[in-house]
Amino acid sequence: MEQKYPIKKVNIICAKGAIEDVYATLVMGNGAVMEGIETNIFFTFFGLDAIVKKRMDKLHTGVTGNPALRLPGGMRMPTLLGVVPGMEAFTSRMMKGQMEKLDIPPVSEFLDLITAGGGKIYACKLAMDMFKFKKEDLSEHVSGILTVGEFYEHAGGEGSQIIFT
Amino acid sequence: MAQKNYAGVMVDVNEEGYFTDPSQWTKEIAVEIAKEEGIATLTDQHFAIIEFLRNRYLSGDALSIRSINNSGVIDVKTFYQLFPGAPLKKATKIAGIPKPASCV
Repeated sequence: MEQKYPIKKVNIICAKGAIEDVYATLVMGNGAVMEGIETNIFFTFFGLDAIVKKRMDKLHTGVTGNPALRLPGGMRMPTLLGVVPGMEAFTSRMMKGQMEKLDIPPVSEFLDLITAGGGKIYACKLAMDMFKFKKEDLSEHVSGILTVGEFYEHAGGEGSQIIFT
Repeated sequence: MAQKNYAGVMVDVNEEGYFTDPSQWTKEIAVEIAKEEGIATLTDQHFAIIEFLRNRYLSGDALSIRSINNSGVIDVKTFYQLFPGAPLKKATKIAGIPKPASCV
């Protein structure tokens, strides 16, 4: 019989704080929880914005230096347009509107869903110190603040995968 | 197309065991599928969310974990408790509707 090696646990690292970076993490994390896979999500560096209460639902998407960004209608957005005041806010609002239509929740609600299903959310200690965040700044869904060593301890186990988004 | 016998009735299922014709479903059949999925008894709460899933599917709306949370029937935490493991997949199978093609 063919041997199968199902993924039993995923450990996802999110180090960037733009809408698309954070959502890549949250969609994969929530998807794992929905499949019954044990899930740990570790937010570090700019990714911390996704679990900082005051910032989590105000993420933006970058409009400069993103050659894949297109205007409504499909025309490539000239990079220079990215410096027009309000362009980043406009693009971010468009992205959020599109996601809402697909039933993709805001960040805070996404964290509700993930933790309701047993997924665990962690913050990186070094990045917390670097950005001078305190535990009180973080969402109540955060289970703990971990060092790199502790992260690897949490990530251990048979059928476990580490994913860097 | 495969067929499967539940509670004395032959029903059409796909290769993963999901119903291809939701109209063949009955509550008695649901109880049998639930047992296969490791859920010994279906409570009123189970049936309430099964009914929600069926109605939502039959009216053509997409199923997502978020739609469960906003259903007003149960919250997501309870949903995970009622259908342990992969709740949306299990619940739709028991509800006699196709496996949801949603990523959220």
